[in-house]
Amino acid sequence: MINLIMKDILGSPAILVGLFAFIGLLLQKKPVAETISGTLKTVMGFILLGAGAGVLIGSLDHFGAMFKEGFNVDGVIPNNEAIVALAQQTFGTETALIMLFGMVANIVFARVTPFKYIFLTGHHTMFMACLISAVLVTAGVTGPILIIIGSTILGLLMVLMPALLQPYMRKITGSNDIALGHFGSIGYFTAGVVGQLVGDKGKTTEEIRVPKSLGFLRDTSVAVSLTMAIMFFIVSFAAGPSYVESELSGGTNFLIFGLTEAIVFAAGVYIVLAGVRMILAEIVPAFQGIADKVVPNAKPALDCPVVFPFAPNAVVIGFLFSFFAGIICMFLLPIFGLKVIVPGLVPHFFTGAAAGVFGNATGGRKGAMFGAFTNGILISFLPALLLPVLGSLGFENTTFGDSDFGIIGILLGGFAKLFM
Amino acid sequence: MKILVVCGNGLGSSFIAEMNVKKALAELGIEATVSHTDLTTAKSEAADYYIGTPEIVDLLEDGTRRIIRLVNLFNVAEIKKVLQQHLEV
Repeated sequence: MINLIMKDILGSPAILVGLFAFIGLLLQKKPVAETISGTLKTVMGFILLGAGAGVLIGSLDHFGAMFKEGFNVDGVIPNNEAIVALAQQTFGTETALIMLFGMVANIVFARVTPFKYIFLTGHHTMFMACLISAVLVTAGVTGPILIIIGSTILGLLMVLMPALLQPYMRKITGSNDIALGHFGSIGYFTAGVVGQLVGDKGKTTEEIRVPKSLGFLRDTSVAVSLTMAIMFFIVSFAAGPSYVESELSGGTNFLIFGLTEAIVFAAGVYIVLAGVRMILAEIVPAFQGIADKVVPNAKPALDCPVVFPFAPNAVVIGFLFSFFAGIICMFLLPIFGLKVIVPGLVPHFFTGAAAGVFGNATGGRKGAMFGAFTNGILISFLPALLLPVLGSLGFENTTFGDSDFGIIGILLGGFAKLFM
Repeated sequence: MKILVVCGNGLGSSFIAEMNVKKALAELGIEATVSHTDLTTAKSEAADYYIGTPEIVDLLEDGTRRIIRLVNLFNVAEIKKVLQQHLEV
């Protein structure tokens, strides 16, 4: 019986999260049909996560092999969805528990401290819970202590990061109604500071005419396929047709194989995203519902595209300069003895764009350019520095993308080493 | 009636917007199914109305879909206003 509860229920993240959703739906007194479908979909979400991980590993393995053959160094692609899907296979239960109690801690901190923020970007809460589990377990923290420390840290981050950005958010939105809840905060904060130092906020980006043709990059599937296709073509050429066709593709033409594998990777991300969406669908509304009742006057901390409409030109400029920094860093990293981080369009688009908006708010055009450029450097170096902290997870050719995951992972790994 | 809220990733913004659209519909006394998704999926998912920020939903515009543009996805008052205009209530 104990074995059933401990191992088969609590030890199986899909069932555990399904149980949370079931209890949540019961407490909200939802109709039976909704309770059943909500519970089933949550479990299915976790199963999709595992299925997506399988697809991603296949493609990443081939990428890693070609990169190594072609350049004689390891290349790592930062992709939150990929690393989280992989990590679920080892740290699934820890992630689920830290995420749940982290959300509870968020409500408690918002209630008792002056930082009245409710962090509603559910997928980032989940990614951060996963990072915290991976780093702490690798450092040797386990059991109830892991869950208590982990969820406290997560809850703190969920109020402190939006609080750090709020002075800039007031400048950007011209009001104090919404906050930014996205774990690229360090990059945005730095962009705001850099903008203040180098720029002139009178010369805003919004007076410049920028072509609208980059809009298609907002579609994640398109952006991922495109980056990966370019990257796979580069490594396929570097590794050479004879290596690819004899060792990996089973005779299929090396370029066709590269293109297929790029789209396989994008398909893996798509499956994982569908899973994450299903898991969050029942949990986030329940979280907001509770927060509304318990924390009066709380501000919702929302996903980063919330700032995009306030400075659409800074979005495009920010993306370009962040990506530009990523490409430069790709060549700089090996000089410092670090693993090569392959710049991805998705992290550079979303966090680069938001950094551009922050830079523009404090330093106009120059602020947007230099602010986003700094963000690009951060999201290249931080993932590389994070790799050793992730332990065995770090060998999978992928890592976390956004800046806070890097900073928090490195700090947490360092602290854990001191005390364990 | 089915309303689909769309954003680039189909995770964060569209999800919060979906909750706001539901709130607005409840205040207007309209019954509808609301869900959220990413741009790619939206192209193959049938719905009576597609809601999102202009730069996103403009990419869905092909003359056959009913599109509702929204500048601030988090402002329930604005959502109510555009819903009233488009749903003719």
